Amino acid sequence: MIIPAHYFLILSAILFFIGVFGFFTRRNLVSLLISTELMLNAVDINFAVFNAYCHPGLLEGYVFAIFGIGIAAAETAVAIAIIINVYRNIHSIHIKRLRELKH
Amino acid sequence: MEFHNNLFIFSGLALFMILAAMFAVTSSRIMRAATLLLFVLFGTAGLYFMLHYTFLGAVQITVYAGGIVVLFIFAILLIGKGSIDITHTSKLRYLAGLLSALSGAVITIYLIDSTAFDATHFMGKDVPMKSLGLAIMGTDRYNYILPFEVLSILLLACTVGAILIARKK
Amino acid sequence: MDFTLSILALPLLSFLTLALAGKFMSHKAAGITGTATLTAVTVLAYATAAIYFGAGRTAEGIFATITPFNIEWLPLGDTLSIDLGIMLDPISVMMLIVISTVSLMVHIYSLGYMKGERGFQRYYTFLSLFTFSMLGLVVATNIFQMYIFWELVGVSSYLLIGFYYTKPAAIAASKKAFIVTRFADLFFLIGILIYGYYTGTFTFAPQESALIAASGVLPTALGLMFVGGAGKSAMFPLHIWLPDAMEGPTPVSALIHAATMVVAGVYLVARMFPLFVEYAPDVLHIIAYAGAFTALYAAVVACVQTDIKRVLAFSTISQIAFMMVALGVCTSADPHNGGLGYMASMFHLFTHAMFKGLLFLGAGAIIHSVHSNEKMYMGGLRRYMPITHITFLIACLAIAGIPPFSGFFSKDEILAACYAYSNATGLFMSFVAALTAFYMFRLYYLIFWGKSHYEEQKALYDAGRTTHKPHKPHEAPATMTVPLIILAAISCVAGFIPFGRFISSNGTAYAIHIDKSVAATSIALAVGAIFLATLMYKSGNSRITRGLNSSLRELMSAAYNRFYIDDLWLFVTKKVIFNCISRPIAWFDRKFIDGTLDKLAAGTQKAATFIRPVQSGNVQSYSVWFLSGALIIILVLIYLA
Repeated sequence: MIIPAHYFLILSAILFFIGVFGFFTRRNLVSLLISTELMLNAVDINFAVFNAYCHPGLLEGYVFAIFGIGIAAAETAVAIAIIINVYRNIHSIHIKRLRELKH
Repeated sequence: MEFHNNLFIFSGLALFMILAAMFAVTSSRIMRAATLLLFVLFGTAGLYFMLHYTFLGAVQITVYAGGIVVLFIFAILLIGKGSIDITHTSKLRYLAGLLSALSGAVITIYLIDSTAFDATHFMGKDVPMKSLGLAIMGTDRYNYILPFEVLSILLLACTVGAILIARKK
Repeated sequence: MDFTLSILALPLLSFLTLALAGKFMSHKAAGITGTATLTAVTVLAYATAAIYFGAGRTAEGIFATITPFNIEWLPLGDTLSIDLGIMLDPISVMMLIVISTVSLMVHIYSLGYMKGERGFQRYYTFLSLFTFSMLGLVVATNIFQMYIFWELVGVSSYLLIGFYYTKPAAIAASKKAFIVTRFADLFFLIGILIYGYYTGTFTFAPQESALIAASGVLPTALGLMFVGGAGKSAMFPLHIWLPDAMEGPTPVSALIHAATMVVAGVYLVARMFPLFVEYAPDVLHIIAYAGAFTALYAAVVACVQTDIKRVLAFSTISQIAFMMVALGVCTSADPHNGGLGYMASMFHLFTHAMFKGLLFLGAGAIIHSVHSNEKMYMGGLRRYMPITHITFLIACLAIAGIPPFSGFFSKDEILAACYAYSNATGLFMSFVAALTAFYMFRLYYLIFWGKSHYEEQKALYDAGRTTHKPHKPHEAPATMTVPLIILAAISCVAGFIPFGRFISSNGTAYAIHIDKSVAATSIALAVGAIFLATLMYKSGNSRITRGLNSSLRELMSAAYNRFYIDDLWLFVTKKVIFNCISRPIAWFDRKFIDGTLDKLAAGTQKAATFIRPVQSGNVQSYSVWFLSGALIIILVLIYLA
């Protein structure tokens, strides 16, 4: 049988808000990044699901899911480079210690 | 029995992913969180397979699971264990985050549930690789050469940026 | 007559040059720049006069008013506009001559007097500015241009009085002069605005119909203008700044506070004279009474002052009051019938500028020589300073009204005009004229006769009773004596100028004739006063003087303190205005207006402190707020849908 699209969408929404929750509460840069990956991943699922259920003849969602994955990879690479650099400078990646960036 | 089969697999995957995600954002040890993230990403690949998008699933596994999570693990190893223990945030902030995330989820699910999507065209077929390749590299209508090039520039910029940021002074 | 524009442009150019480049000039270069410019201006002024009066009269028998240059500067309405330009008529041409002559003399004189002073270039800068402003004032085509230059004159006067800015007294004097004249100018401005509003023009000769329509308010407007003129011309009770203004360099006193600026008020009344005599004769008579009182008051005070420059300052006040009286007693514009005073006033303005300039420059030479303003350091100077002595004597004879010196002729005309108005006024002014002769000769004897301060000190020094070697008085250098001689020559002959042929109240030619009885009375009074002064002061310390001093101690002391007018002003401003008006207003301002604003600021600050944590720079807080906002918007949309 065909699983209704709603199920996928609800699952992705739950994953997305778990990511949001993590983004709000974590105090460590790497954990924040992990939460961000969760959110991005949920968005990719939505792209694929809408493509499959609404316009199977077209490739929009499919292609953008691939692009999303690519962008996520690029973003992670840069973010991790920043994190490592921050760690090198202040020997911590705790968010409270990053006040210097404000000034 | 296919009906039950599919739903059973989906339910299992969904439960697995939600639990893994929840632990990933609450675990106090980052290495564990990264591993749990890997599980969520695998589950996502499973979802893609269920949609018969095998190529997308494969990309998900190779790039996300194989690339990104490995990056995470490298970073965690580089930073070292001692400095990455998580100290939890204040109660108020925790509650605010929980409340806003929960209400957001509730509102979104309500919206999804109350919206009638025209989502009845599921065919259960994979996209042929040839047409995908033509679509990405083509210049016609519904082809994606421009986003592809933009993305490649972005990747290049990210590569340069990452090297610049992370190199030793 | 296009070259008249350069009469204004040259001093302005000189001012700009000296102001911008004066720092890099030597004293000599700066002095020569200023003096050379002024020489050119003087030549141009005399050429203007020659051409203007040489052109002859129009069919109506008057000298035509010429406007060689005029631009509309600020159009305010259909007819009302502020123009800038040059207007030539008999009195403005006469003023050009007076200003340029005295100014040139002062420029030359200052080369010697100010030699080696700090700020020499600055001094010449200000002199140029003053000359420019004063020339602009007299050639103004309209009352508003006159007001603009009037204020410029006030500013340059302020700058020059405060020239020795390290001296507290000079600073106080400059402030006093500026504030008092500015206070009077406020009334002038109000008068101008009333005048402009009701007649629809700022020019001196509005349409006949506009004047008739405005005749109800014209006395008020003209009266207010006179208050402005009274401030500049030091009429009682606004005279208090002029004696203090003597803190400035003496040549400046000669130029600004004797010959030119202080007669601006007289010039203003003369300029508006046709309107005064036609529409506000009562105001004109009030001017006469104010002038008469000022003349007497200043003359009495001048009799007992010990600072020679102050004597001259009060003498100036008194003489300007004479001019005001002469204008005030006019009852018609016909010089043969009640309008004589106008001509007399202008004539006296002319002669007074010369001999009073001479007196001040002579006083400057004396001060230069003995290094003090006080009469006790003088005495017996005639042996040491012969040129100064002779020229000073000529000026004293001129101001005392002894023929054939210039003051006699102009004062005689004024007295004749006063007798024509009423015998009481004539007698009163004759008495003041006699007082003038008395205090001038008192001053003369105190400076040049009597015991020499230098000789007394030298005797003490030779006897070994003091170690301080006195400074021997010496004659001034040529740069200073030459202007004295020139002005003395003018004072000798100016009386014979047929002044009425050039200037009269309605413009027609008027032949001056000496009224024999008036002339005889005034000569007799003047000679008597001089005789009295000779008796009292020639020998230095006569019995009569001592007797008078002891019997009239109260009066003398009151007069010496200028009848406490300055203290009255201080009482009014400090005690009454400051305490009763300024303090409550200041309190209201501080507590209420400032308080409200302070509360507002404090409230804003509190609110800011309250919402400041929102801008924490913490991305997580931002994202919480962002999500909450987005959710609220979504909820609202759901509710609306």
